[in-house]
Amino acid sequence: MEAQATYNYKVVRQFSIMTVVWGIVGMLVGVIIAAQLVWPDLTFGIPYLSYGRLRPLHTNAVIFAFGGSALFATSYYVVQRTCHTRLFGDGLAAFTFWGWQVVILLAAITLPLGFTSAKEYAELEWPIDILITLVWVTYAVVFFGTIMKRKTPHIYVANWFFGAFILTVALLHVVNSAALPVNLFKSYSAYAGVQDAMVQWWYGHNAVGFFLTAGFLGMMYYFVPKQAGRPVYSYRLSVVHFWALIFTYMWAGPHHLHYTALPDWTQSIGMLFSLILLAPSWGGMINGIMTLSGAWHKLRTDPILKFLVTSLSFYGMSTFEGPMMAIKSVNALSHYTDWTVGHVHSGALGWVAMVSIGCIYYLIPRLFGREQMYSIKLITAHFWIATIGVVLYIAAMWIAGVAEGLMWRAVNPDGTLTYSFAEAVKMTYPFLTIRLLGGLMFLSGMLIMAYNVFKTVVGAKAVNDAAIPAVAGAHA
Amino acid sequence: MSDFVSGFWNLWVAGITLVSIIGCAVFLKAVSIKRTSGQVDTTGHVWDGDLAEWNNPLPAWWSWLFYITVVFSLVYLVLYPGLGSFKGIWGWSSVGQWEGEMKHAAETYDPIFNKFLQQDLKTVAADPEAKQMGQRLFVTYCSQCHGSDAGGARGFPSLSDKDWLYGGDPETIKASILNGRTGIMPPHGPVLGDAGVKEVANYVFSLSGHKHDASLAAAGKPKFDQTCAACHMPEGTGMHALGAPNLTDKVWLYGSSEAAVIETIAKGRNGVMPAWKDFLSEAKIHLLAAYVYGLSEGK
Repeated sequence: MEAQATYNYKVVRQFSIMTVVWGIVGMLVGVIIAAQLVWPDLTFGIPYLSYGRLRPLHTNAVIFAFGGSALFATSYYVVQRTCHTRLFGDGLAAFTFWGWQVVILLAAITLPLGFTSAKEYAELEWPIDILITLVWVTYAVVFFGTIMKRKTPHIYVANWFFGAFILTVALLHVVNSAALPVNLFKSYSAYAGVQDAMVQWWYGHNAVGFFLTAGFLGMMYYFVPKQAGRPVYSYRLSVVHFWALIFTYMWAGPHHLHYTALPDWTQSIGMLFSLILLAPSWGGMINGIMTLSGAWHKLRTDPILKFLVTSLSFYGMSTFEGPMMAIKSVNALSHYTDWTVGHVHSGALGWVAMVSIGCIYYLIPRLFGREQMYSIKLITAHFWIATIGVVLYIAAMWIAGVAEGLMWRAVNPDGTLTYSFAEAVKMTYPFLTIRLLGGLMFLSGMLIMAYNVFKTVVGAKAVNDAAIPAVAGAHA
Repeated sequence: MSDFVSGFWNLWVAGITLVSIIGCAVFLKAVSIKRTSGQVDTTGHVWDGDLAEWNNPLPAWWSWLFYITVVFSLVYLVLYPGLGSFKGIWGWSSVGQWEGEMKHAAETYDPIFNKFLQQDLKTVAADPEAKQMGQRLFVTYCSQCHGSDAGGARGFPSLSDKDWLYGGDPETIKASILNGRTGIMPPHGPVLGDAGVKEVANYVFSLSGHKHDASLAAAGKPKFDQTCAACHMPEGTGMHALGAPNLTDKVWLYGSSEAAVIETIAKGRNGVMPAWKDFLSEAKIHLLAAYVYGLSEGK
């Protein structure tokens, strides 16, 4: 097919640029709500800017706008390059870009206005949910369509993870968002009581497992070996940890509902599968880090590789922390405290954001016909500012969270509580301030990135003629 | 009630759980290969120019980690509930744990509180130990509305002054905590009209010497006598039996601006103090009542 002799870079370019834009927007909202926790009257009591409305805007913006754009960009790039064929359906791919941007804009309008289904990480109301479904099904058609017409005999490991992520998110979204509409802006969940809670956290934890883990492992499996210039450490390990990861994640949701009305047996299963999940999660980290064997010296000079390897370290750390927090007696201390917030951000900033940033730095020059990014020094600066920011953030939240858990359960000899709730809140104050500083640093890094991307892109010619290798799957 | 509508679902769930956990270990065993001496090769597949994969075996320590979590899970399922309706041989349940902790707490702490129940409230109020215990209960259960210093907030009475809606003797305070209170001020806007409400508001201000318009207050007096005096008394001194506030003092539960008082008269108010008798033991309420009584004593 002569007409398909080039890769579709246009949609990859669009999503790559929007990754940076939405990253800044989402993290800015995060910094604002972190500041509200330090200065509660910061936004003058304006209802649209209240914490309760901005918090879901922050989570939606960083997960689905920033993370989502990064996933679209990288999966579209990787699936073409590893299938040696142009993306299936240029028009469909363009629809996923514009459709996804509309979803994000609608979220940015409706959430501050207070329209919400009140389901965490699935707050958007039903008309937007339907648009998400349309975009997502189209995404699946584009992705699997490309796999179908691949010119390589085997499907590269990164595509297994992208494929699992796309299929599972479709399932999660449709089941959890099932609702009875009352009018255009209001609906009620199709489930009731503890079953609603269980469906919600089956969705919620798999949103972490598939949207924020499987998809990003797909990125890792392409960009780490590419940037390191080394083969993936173990094909066998990738097979085992892939199947074990996608199988066991499905069971882990109940650990969000320990010591609730959920039956004991369900809680136990959630806890055990969360523990079993430790090894499959670490399989991905090992495979990524060991891929650097023989290329460790590159880490000294290559800040993109620094981002990728550090992200894997944070991935390993938070996937150790997660199973520990899923143990009932640990959860009794950690649940409802800032520890949970710290855990989420060691994954979200340390793993998801850092691996995405590394991949975007890899992609931008290749998509715009440049040798490399405008400034390698600025990438290095970004790396250090971001890393210190994450460490400040999670360390502050660990201390605050453990202290909260201990203060809430402390009792006097007569059984009365040693600390009133307000005293525990007061204790967190300095740590909330340090967290704000950490978040500000991470956001500053994104601004440096935006400048660097701008200087790289401005005046550059978009690459639309990247040729597909003539002999597909040539064996070395 | 059982979580399962029939014995079938119980076995179904237990079976799937066991097969899934054991399946992880079987799968791991099935795909493991021994490390061979010599050079490891790639799988021979190449993508995108230079992407390849080594054929390294699984790291042994990693496989062991995986097996250990599987074995731990199987042991846990023997000991704890997790396989359908099987309770686990240790018989643990979250409800059982809660009941055990509550029983332990009752045995350990109830005697400490109960010894004060035998004493009358004024004696308890004078006891320094009881005062400390009462304060700790207060900051846990009462401070959310009444403030850590019991100074109150808009709509929530201050408990540290001598002004009482329902009476400030110790037994009445205890009754307020035990049974709660519902203070209803009915809306009078429809009866009095906008002008009438404003006149009555100014008359009410005149009762405590608050800044007011004398002519409006004079016009408001007959309306007050007719509409308000039944609960607030002809002199405006209030009535404890109904919880009708004294209007001749400087205490304003909902604010002392003209707008706030007009809103109170026109739209009414509905103040609720929840009943605590089903949540806290009488001994704890006894201590709380003594503590609250002691706050304004001696002032």
